[in-house]
Amino acid sequence: MTPRTIVDKIWDDHLVCPESESTPAVLYVDLHLVHEVTSPQAFAELRNRGAKVRRPDLTLATMDHSTPTTPRSAGRLRVLDPQASTQLKQLETNCEEFGIKLFGLDDSRQGIVHVIGPEQGLTQPGMTIVCGDSHTSTHGAFGALAFGIGTSEVSYVLASQTLLQRKPRNMEVRIDGVLSRGVTAKDIILAIIARVGIGGATGKVLEYSGSAIRALGMEERMTICNMSIEAGARAGLIAPDETTFEYIAGRPFAPSGANWDAAVTHWNQLASDDDASYDLSVQLDAAALAPMITFGTNPSMAIPIDGHVPDPTAAGSGAERADLDKALRYMALEPGQSLLGRAVDVVFVGSCTNSRISDLRQAAAVMRGRHVAPGVRMLVVPGSRNVKSEAEAEGLDRVFLEAGAEWREAGCSMCIAMNGDQLEPGQSAVSTSNRNFEGRQGKGGRTFLASPLTAAATAVTGAIADVRTLS
Amino acid sequence: MKEKTIEPFITLTSSCVVLPAENVDTDQIIPARFLKTIERRGLGAHLFADWRVDEHGQPRTEFPLNSPAAVGAAILVAGHNFGCGSSREHAPWALLDFGFRAVISTGFADIFRNNALKTGLLPVALSKPAHASLLNQLAVSPRSSVTIDLETQRATLPDGTSHAFAVDPFARHCLLNGVDELGFLIGQDAAIAAYESTHSSRVCTR
Repeated sequence: MTPRTIVDKIWDDHLVCPESESTPAVLYVDLHLVHEVTSPQAFAELRNRGAKVRRPDLTLATMDHSTPTTPRSAGRLRVLDPQASTQLKQLETNCEEFGIKLFGLDDSRQGIVHVIGPEQGLTQPGMTIVCGDSHTSTHGAFGALAFGIGTSEVSYVLASQTLLQRKPRNMEVRIDGVLSRGVTAKDIILAIIARVGIGGATGKVLEYSGSAIRALGMEERMTICNMSIEAGARAGLIAPDETTFEYIAGRPFAPSGANWDAAVTHWNQLASDDDASYDLSVQLDAAALAPMITFGTNPSMAIPIDGHVPDPTAAGSGAERADLDKALRYMALEPGQSLLGRAVDVVFVGSCTNSRISDLRQAAAVMRGRHVAPGVRMLVVPGSRNVKSEAEAEGLDRVFLEAGAEWREAGCSMCIAMNGDQLEPGQSAVSTSNRNFEGRQGKGGRTFLASPLTAAATAVTGAIADVRTLS
Repeated sequence: MKEKTIEPFITLTSSCVVLPAENVDTDQIIPARFLKTIERRGLGAHLFADWRVDEHGQPRTEFPLNSPAAVGAAILVAGHNFGCGSSREHAPWALLDFGFRAVISTGFADIFRNNALKTGLLPVALSKPAHASLLNQLAVSPRSSVTIDLETQRATLPDGTSHAFAVDPFARHCLLNGVDELGFLIGQDAAIAAYESTHSSRVCTR
């Protein structure tokens, strides 16, 4: 038999109809995650067409994008924005009408869609998972083929549990070596995106491998897979191993008993065959990495934190030069400048990239006994209500509050700035989120993407700081 | 079940708006604050909102979509990797609602291209030399027209040269006939049921 990659294996296992020249493959979807922003028009389409949801039992909805993260009063979240309120109510109506389980604002399991899937044990190796959200690649950390879709495709999956897909190409990203102190999964993925480029992985699925990846915990692996889309990839994944199985075991929707044993047997066969070939390969040395930070207006514009802003005149092409020029103008930066010491207004710890308990622990470790610098606003937004409870049980909320940070309710918050949590024009933020596009965190706002460690070090310094040299 | 009809795309001859920047992301095409709508229509008013309108709510005259030449143009000529970033289908909805039927570039982000094809907005990826030539021609005569023929998969530039472009055959079929993929997928019911009978569910969300 021809050696296969993990993607080949998952692909073959989900073919309802193989692809031909005239027609893409019909691919079965094991799990469909739904949220309030990209689903209303899909449900409306089902109504227009008189279609039903084929498999509500393989569908789960949550509220995250337009939800407020302001403190609850008497246990309830108040949604003051009338448009957001309408959108959230619409999701409730849709889920009720079509029989879909919803983790609503009053559900203790509510949270960011890419945090709750893994947390509940719904995300499992070998599955196909889709969601109307480009960061669905997060679930690839478990060895699932997970990718973002648009609203039309949301309606197709609701109605048929399948999608028409052309098989993506395989790209191996191998990272060997041991990370230095202060260097994290976020720095690995920012370095990868800087290397591959903003569109460098278009049409491909990234498979992350190597000793540095194997050494990472599941939450760190999620951080890496989460940002695959920022290099243009359709998905990113990591073959499952003992670390994966240990994380899944015992979670609410995980298999148990004899089903568990059967599942692990299946999962153990998923890894790419030794002699499987890739359409493309890149390699990175983990030991050579420093903490990374973005300087520009897309996630590939990143440098080591002690590096210098590149000079657009040295760019490879006229278009690249124009792109860099525009980015530096927007960010109010000069070529050759160091980012260290640049004042910031806001620090945001959160998002589907870095809002899990290990992220909050890392940030808290830096904050403990220190204080947010005067004039800086720091928001800490846990990825789910479960993460929030866990953090509070460990006293992390006290650490953040005593340091002068805001401790918020779960949601996407300032990553996408749809819910009122946003930068003012001209403000700068160091953010643990995934996108630094113009205005992403609020019209006219400037975003520097970095790890939770760098974010916390920056918050206590009041300016972009290197956690390795924090006094 | 009702067959949905999307606006068929067969041929289009139109003037163009040129937005040469590379890596234009969907947050620029339609900023996230406009995604709280539960409708598909009406997003054209906010297309490129932060590039079109300044902080005082006034149109930025230097922005190509605000130029007199943009009036009536149904083709957007953009730079490489157009539509990168988020999966929001609101991006092609906004472009369509504004009046565009096609975007010409040298390459598109995956999800944007998928979404565009499903909503009736044709992404046309030309070779780098053809794209560069088109930009030059439009710089000289901004109001000149381009013809896009989906049947033959060719784009004819103002200078009369004709260039092939690739489109997935299935997406092309849907666009030419004004049907979406849902009817086809629902039509696969027997095959889907057969798959389900031999593959047990991995999870149950109930």
